[in-house]
Amino acid sequence: MNIKESVIKSDHAMKITGEAVYVADHPTDGMLFGRLLRSSKARARVLDVRLPALPDGYLYADKNDVPGANKVKIVLDDTPVFADGTVEFIGDPIGLLMGPDEDTVNRLLERIEVEYEGLPPVLSIEDSDTVFFDYTYAKGNTDKAFAEADHIFEEEFRTGLQEHAYLETNGLIARPDGGRITVHGSLQCPYYVQGAVANAMGFEPDRVQIKYDTTGGAFGGKEDYPSILAAQAAVAAYKAGKPVRVIFGRREDMEFTSKRHPSKCGYKAAVKDGRVTAMDIDVKYNAGAYTTLSKVVLQRGIICACGVYNIQNLAVRGRAYKTNTVPNGAFRGFGGPQPFFAVEMMMSHIARNLGVEPLAFKERHVAAQGDVTSTGGRFHFPVPILLMIEQVAKACNFREKREAYKNQTGTRRKGIGMSLCYHGAGFTGAGERDLIKAVAKLRKYPDNKVEVLTANTDMGQGLNTTFAKIVANELKIPMHDIIIANPDTDRVPDSGPTVASRSIMVVGELLRRAAVRLREQWADGGEQLVEERFKEPGYVIPFDLEKFQGDAYPTYSWAVNAVELEADTLTGTVKVLGAYGSFDVGTPIDRNIVTGQMEGGTMQGIGFASMERMAVDGSGKIRGNSLSDYIIPTSLDIPNLQCMLYEEEYPEGPYGAKGAGELPAVGAAGAYIEAIEQALGDVRVNHIPFTAEDAIEILHKEPSL
Amino acid sequence: MIREVVFNLNGETAVWNGGPAARLLDALRDGFRNTGVKCGCREGECGACAVILDGMLVNSCMVAMGRAGGSEVMTIEGYKKTERFAALDKSFASVSAVQCGFCTPGMVLAAECLLRENPRPDEGEIRAGISGNLCRCTGYNAIVKAISSAAKDGEGLW
Ligand code: FES
Ligand code: FES
Repeated sequence: MNIKESVIKSDHAMKITGEAVYVADHPTDGMLFGRLLRSSKARARVLDVRLPALPDGYLYADKNDVPGANKVKIVLDDTPVFADGTVEFIGDPIGLLMGPDEDTVNRLLERIEVEYEGLPPVLSIEDSDTVFFDYTYAKGNTDKAFAEADHIFEEEFRTGLQEHAYLETNGLIARPDGGRITVHGSLQCPYYVQGAVANAMGFEPDRVQIKYDTTGGAFGGKEDYPSILAAQAAVAAYKAGKPVRVIFGRREDMEFTSKRHPSKCGYKAAVKDGRVTAMDIDVKYNAGAYTTLSKVVLQRGIICACGVYNIQNLAVRGRAYKTNTVPNGAFRGFGGPQPFFAVEMMMSHIARNLGVEPLAFKERHVAAQGDVTSTGGRFHFPVPILLMIEQVAKACNFREKREAYKNQTGTRRKGIGMSLCYHGAGFTGAGERDLIKAVAKLRKYPDNKVEVLTANTDMGQGLNTTFAKIVANELKIPMHDIIIANPDTDRVPDSGPTVASRSIMVVGELLRRAAVRLREQWADGGEQLVEERFKEPGYVIPFDLEKFQGDAYPTYSWAVNAVELEADTLTGTVKVLGAYGSFDVGTPIDRNIVTGQMEGGTMQGIGFASMERMAVDGSGKIRGNSLSDYIIPTSLDIPNLQCMLYEEEYPEGPYGAKGAGELPAVGAAGAYIEAIEQALGDVRVNHIPFTAEDAIEILHKEPSL
Repeated sequence: MIREVVFNLNGETAVWNGGPAARLLDALRDGFRNTGVKCGCREGECGACAVILDGMLVNSCMVAMGRAGGSEVMTIEGYKKTERFAALDKSFASVSAVQCGFCTPGMVLAAECLLRENPRPDEGEIRAGISGNLCRCTGYNAIVKAISSAAKDGEGLW
């Protein structure tokens, strides 16, 4: 088999027939429906919670019912299972009401009275006086470079909240069972959830079973959040002695679960002899009320803050601020899309300040194999960006159009833009080696079928298919002899979470190696078990998190995006004429699957730049908590979407594969906005999302129109 | 006394006793265990709950059971037994148009309604035909391609 050739996905049939079982599809007999009592205040002390008389069979659980620690173990453990005395954002869970009839639960919930003593909420980075995380690192000598500069340019860029909008909302079922508890449902990382539930229940992990149900999309939105919900549901089910199901409505999910961090990035650049010699970068993320994943999101964000460029002198600071808003967490790209938008616009604007074409200017700065990374590591492998630029430029006639769209008149005007990015493949720093320590297993049964045992979840990205392909390919047995069941912590080893574009590159490689060993010792009709453990590749310069020095990633996936669009200068509306991309994820383990990931991710990236706007009002309440207010792209929005692959094989990944899933969501915003700037007549845009209202505002300032 | 609602579900008579105000979505999922009908919003915005009601694509979350009385309702559970489904199944499979799968049953029924109206749609018509069905995973390209090739390969089916 050629590993790149597409096969029919192993989950295709069960999904297209509607037979796949998502969490909401389990029969509800004997089950209680749970709803969270949520804070209506962004910041307050909770003085009293008064329950109405609860009918038989209806129960309320709160902090007093948590048998273990009232803390959800994520990276740190400041997120409470249930509020303890104070609430920190609108929606902060205070308790959970449950009962056998869903409508009755909803009615009773309305009648709970909570007495608050309100405190003034902090809603923005500017107003925050609590810094959760503060990192700095440097490279070279920025002071000297700024002192010697011909020009110094300074700008600030902002990005907004982005909601995952996976089609299936968050939902879990917790089932008490003797001295154990089982939680199953929509989630990315079974072992994260197990750790959180064990901590909240005061159980040893082996008393907690986490099972994955077919999940309707996640994109990072089910990385940390299910740990919180699982702890709540487990506490409630334990109290009730019955299974409890908590499935969010769309509005509840949109308003109260994690999102992409809003950001404010300050860039100061020194230019000498037409080259950027230094950047002083200040990255600020709005973390929301609790730290959840902000620590690691921020780390990734500041490491990539100088983009794909080789900038000799760097001073980078990154801070994550506490505000009284919903905690922000993982979203495809994980802290990367914000600085990539900023640095791409910064480079584009510097070029225009200097009177040169942005793409040519960027090309002069692109890093090459062997160059030192922002953190003193190395780009150990070829950097194919310049070749990928040609691939994309050819597909859309980029340079010709860029020239042709200068100085347009008339109502409808076109623009085209290009952006460059990378995604560091796998965990940041030494996480894989020191924290995750992934284990993957293959079990061969007497009938010669082979089961893949990992904790990694297929949320639609095709992992069950690609894992099976790798193992079948090494064992030279048909795909249908490979078994992959939904992960269940009672049955699978901890191969780590399904995050950070690590699954194929890291766990896929463990499976490939396990398959090689199984092939070597294959005994027909026998039962055999082989196990593989993660080993860090020998060339990696160890990463020191204190100093931010070393190889932050073993390798990088690269992307070039271009967007062509047409703006209506009367209405401000924008039509995307084409979106083009070249993506280097190494060897695609399945072309259709990888292309589908690139297409879906690119669309999310363009949504992030354009229509996906979620505002927080003065009280701290999220506006735009429904799919009619928060608009995601439909089939009509980006009709001409062309995603190409560029294959730079990674020797340490299975057959040359490296990280894929997040890459397409990282870079599109820069291309979209550069195109907008051209279409609107060489304007400057420093924030996303950029909507029709923003366009109108700029056009009204523009006297020439 | 709660009025009974009698309708036809996937070719068979179905009797609903949960009252005329219930949503068709809930009746189908909870009452008749047609869990291939997905709930993505309950507000008529996503299309995950789409079913075919008397030949028309509707979002079942926006239809009261009273309205379904005497009607013919087809869900993915019924449609999957048809020859037309087989054509769409094959074309969706060949381009890997199914990712998380949550939009898929609704999308397939949207494709059926589109092809029934217009057996040889061009790309723009396909995009318009499925524009009421959100998909957050695929970027729609694969779905559009799948519908287009089902229309070609399934010549004569629609
Ligand atoms: S659930 Fe009916 S349209 Fe979304
Ligand atoms: S496949 Fe996930 S929403 Fe369409």
